Amino acid sequence: MMRFMLLFSRQGKLRLQKWYLATSDKERKKMVRELMQVVLARKPKMCSFLEWRDLKVVYKRYASLYFCCAIEGQDNELITLELIHRYVELLDKYFGSVCELDIIFNFEKAYFILDEFLMGGDVQDTSKKSVLKAIEQADLLQESGSPSLRDLMPTDYSLPPL
Amino acid sequence: MALKMVKGSIDRMFDKNLQDLVRGIRNHKEDEAKYISQCIDEIKQELKQDNIAVKANAVCKLTYLQMLGYDISWAAFNIIEVMSASKFTFKRIGYLAASQCFHEGTDVIMLTTNQIRKDLSSPSQYDTGVALTGLSCFVTPDLARDLANDIMTLMSHTKPYIRKKAVLIMYKVFLKYPESLRPAFPRLKEKLEDPDPGVQSAAVNVICELARRNPKNYLSLAPLFFKLMTSSTNNWVLIKIIKLFGALTPLEPRLGKKLIEPLTNLIHSTSAMSLLYECVNTVIAVLISLSSGMPNHSASIQLCVQKLRILIEDSDQNLKYLGLLAMSKILRTHPKSVQAHKDLVLQCLDDKDESIRLRALDLLYGMVSKKNLVEIVKKLMSHVDKAEGTTYRDELLTKIIDICSQCNYQHITNFQWYISVLVELTRLEGTRHGHLIAAQMLDVAIRVKAIRKFAVSQMSALLDSAHLVASSTQRNGICEVLYAAAWICGEFSEHLQEPQQTLEAMLRPKVTTLPGHIQAVYVQNVVKLYASILQQKEQAAEPEAAQDVTQLMVERLPQFVQSADLEVQERASCVLQLVKHIQKLQAKDVPVAEEVSALFAGELNPVAPKAQKKVPVPEGLDLDAWINEPPSDSESEDEKPKAIFHDEEQRHAKQRQPEAEEEELARRREARKQEQANNPFYIKSSPSPQKRYQDMPGVEHIPVVQIDLSVPLKVPGMPVSDQYVKLQEEREHRQRPEKDRRRRKKKDKDKRGKPRRHSSLHTESDEDIAPAQRVDIVTEEMPENALPSDEDDKDPNDPYRALDVDLDRPLADSERLPVQKHRNAETTKSPEKEDVPFVEKKIKKPRKKEKKHREKEREKKEKRKEEKEGEDFDFWLSTAPLPAAAPAPAPVRARESLERTLSPLPLREGARSPGERSEATRTRTETMSGTPRRLRSIRRRSPRRRRRRRDPRTRRSPRRSSLQVKRRQSPWRTARSLTSLSRPCPATASWPRTPTSR
Repeated sequence: MMRFMLLFSRQGKLRLQKWYLATSDKERKKMVRELMQVVLARKPKMCSFLEWRDLKVVYKRYASLYFCCAIEGQDNELITLELIHRYVELLDKYFGSVCELDIIFNFEKAYFILDEFLMGGDVQDTSKKSVLKAIEQADLLQESGSPSLRDLMPTDYSLPPL
Repeated sequence: MALKMVKGSIDRMFDKNLQDLVRGIRNHKEDEAKYISQCIDEIKQELKQDNIAVKANAVCKLTYLQMLGYDISWAAFNIIEVMSASKFTFKRIGYLAASQCFHEGTDVIMLTTNQIRKDLSSPSQYDTGVALTGLSCFVTPDLARDLANDIMTLMSHTKPYIRKKAVLIMYKVFLKYPESLRPAFPRLKEKLEDPDPGVQSAAVNVICELARRNPKNYLSLAPLFFKLMTSSTNNWVLIKIIKLFGALTPLEPRLGKKLIEPLTNLIHSTSAMSLLYECVNTVIAVLISLSSGMPNHSASIQLCVQKLRILIEDSDQNLKYLGLLAMSKILRTHPKSVQAHKDLVLQCLDDKDESIRLRALDLLYGMVSKKNLVEIVKKLMSHVDKAEGTTYRDELLTKIIDICSQCNYQHITNFQWYISVLVELTRLEGTRHGHLIAAQMLDVAIRVKAIRKFAVSQMSALLDSAHLVASSTQRNGICEVLYAAAWICGEFSEHLQEPQQTLEAMLRPKVTTLPGHIQAVYVQNVVKLYASILQQKEQAAEPEAAQDVTQLMVERLPQFVQSADLEVQERASCVLQLVKHIQKLQAKDVPVAEEVSALFAGELNPVAPKAQKKVPVPEGLDLDAWINEPPSDSESEDEKPKAIFHDEEQRHAKQRQPEAEEEELARRREARKQEQANNPFYIKSSPSPQKRYQDMPGVEHIPVVQIDLSVPLKVPGMPVSDQYVKLQEEREHRQRPEKDRRRRKKKDKDKRGKPRRHSSLHTESDEDIAPAQRVDIVTEEMPENALPSDEDDKDPNDPYRALDVDLDRPLADSERLPVQKHRNAETTKSPEKEDVPFVEKKIKKPRKKEKKHREKEREKKEKRKEEKEGEDFDFWLSTAPLPAAAPAPAPVRARESLERTLSPLPLREGARSPGERSEATRTRTETMSGTPRRLRSIRRRSPRRRRRRRDPRTRRSPRRSSLQVKRRQSPWRTARSLTSLSRPCPATASWPRTPTSR
């Protein structure tokens, strides 16, 4: 079972965190800081796995963003890597060539996608299609429900993609 | 009122939304904290408004701030407000915020119970879904207890979307509320055969997680999982199942036998690395659990090792790492098959990636034997020279020492070589592990008597060389070695070639720059050295030379007396006084050497850490009796420590005691004995007690083996350890089979009845090399009846412990889940009540009137099944592994279990009285709980209904729908768009696309 998932940037800025085991705020901050340091210090050619505390950490860098999962001792590292990749694919499909800014400005969407994909630290659905379908339908429900503030926003963030 | 609303919506236009906040933070990089505190003030204002949209917006911003590390627990109540909004847009934000910041300590969390229950039974599946997702993050024991029944109902929901979420969240519920496991388990088991693959994989996930903690309760599910394994094509599910089997096999070796074949088939056929890796891991687990007497399993282990070799040879670092990791698991039980790949492991030491090198080092630790130790260490030494980072170099150093010293130096045949290696290691600069090398030097020199002469010559060279002393100013790492060098030279000074030169080296002014504890050892050992020089000179009748040495001491010692370190100062002044006294005696031509060396007489022997405990109490000695009367007044208090001090002095001074009264004497003797028994550092004082100890049963089995050397020890100067490689080869040639046999015989004799070293890795070929020196080995003893492998009791705080319950026992009334009897529960609307469950029905639907009868019958059946269960499992295990196409017994069982689960659950019927509810509600619950009463008619209607229901949702906003069309064009293209964010992932490139994504 996955314990938590973190997304953070090359500069050490947290972009997304999901904890599947209730942890106090203080402990969370400590773990995030510690793990970020460890992962950022690793060289690009190094393998994606490391043993950290009593957990195994699987991380992968996509452009400037690190996707980092902490799993338990018996879990399969390769499938976790696959899972990270799958999540990136989902983000990519949803946002259409996703970049870090998409995740910064629509961080709640990134969470919603993650929630449809994983739940309680386990894969909820291995099919990308059904995850995307669920997200789209939920979004439809949301958009028909109320004129969202988001609609008033210009879609162009006037910032260059990373 | 209207005015207020207008005002509210105008306010809203000026509010910051999330994007504004994010942009604002990015624009205020220099005064971020100030900007954010200003934003939080605004958010607080927004939260005070009535408009739910404004509140939701505020909560959304708070969630973002929470991620940045700001505390938002003060807004918990507002989050609950947003959660209870009727609009999905807001509800979603509310639940997201809750899942991010609620935890068991959040006090308002209990207020959410009813809201969540309402959402769980909402007609919209997305409301339910969002509630389940949120709940999975912050479920507390209270919430779990109150909502367990509702969630269990959802496990039979008509929509697979809800079912899979409900199944997954059950795991969290079990953890928080273990009592729910037994009532919910039958339904969970039923979900293993759900027609929807998502639900099925969710159920597999949950059961696997449960079974990993308490495998024995899930053994009876093995046939079902076996069937799933042979029929499933979904790699995600397969991996979970195979992992589960890995947990089950240690409990049931027969299962392992059955698994080997399908697993090896999978290993051969799969192209997915993750699956291959999981299979290999499980095969290893299986082989470990099986007794090693099975000859045909060497083929599977060979297969595993071969596949792992392919992984390690792969250019992908991840596979390399995992290959080495798995290899080390095999190594524990099948060292021979791994040792064949030594070349590969040594290659990995050259890898760029440090984590891979460390893994390879771990493997090497288990791979050494007497034959290859020298070669491997040579290779490691060359890496030590090359290593750039100090951390990795330190790691190498500790590994070299670990490898050599493992199992009481089991693999070392030539200790000269080892000492040379240690000396070479001292040339490392900036290492933190000087003390490790020092400890090894001391250990070897003390325990291997034959090596002392050689060790002393090496150590004196170390003391002489300047580089170690110089390094002490940089970092106090490697100079620790001097501690050992000084001690060895002092203690075994009789072996020194040129003691005077060493003495001078130890008295150099530079020595005072060393750390205090090392100087202290220097001072102490200078005297030992001095004593042996005196003896030499006196025997050679050179009184002038002896006086010269004394003069040297008197001249040089004051530099230590001036030391700032108390220990050094104290020792030095004592020694100085002693030497001065000797000088006076020497002036009078009195022979002093005898007496001075008597100060350090006596030999050190290694003692097992626990041997002291084993020394039996001498007869007639009552350790609990008072030696002195307990101190009643202050007078005796003063006396006691004095007596002990006196006592100790006696021992060192060779019992030159003043006359004392008979009684007093006896009492002191008692005291001494007791002190000796309690003193862990006390080894032996006089021959007589030693003899007595040898007679005692507790000590006699501490083996002290001494064997003659097969190689003369004469290697002058500073050797390079490489020369020993040749030496060993030569020696191997010299081995005669006849000699070999003799030695083995002798060994056998030695070993009989004595504890011996751990020899898990002892291979026959090892015995071909005769050790050059023997270690005086003292095995570590454990107190009787205590096993090193004594399993500690499970941690009482372990959350999984409570889940260790018998799942096959029929459910008692008291165990049923609590059901909310509040009005809320009755009046909630039914979710999708007319939709049809997807579950295939194969049996006739019983009538309502037959209910009682049916229930009775079911109970009987249950009982019969209970009895049959054990037999079935045995039968299944005893049959030969079946080909994937036709698993004969499994389908029968599968249907049986389906039948069982289709009959109504006692849980629901017993808990609610039907009369309390409206007709519609009852229909709904019955449908959901699997009661098949009206199913047929509903099912016939369902396709049309479903189509109609879907219609409104296909209405889309124009923008969204155009997007949809675009996406639809390539729903399955895995080709990445050109953005930088998605490079292909090498580890997974080999995944077959279609089967995984169904």
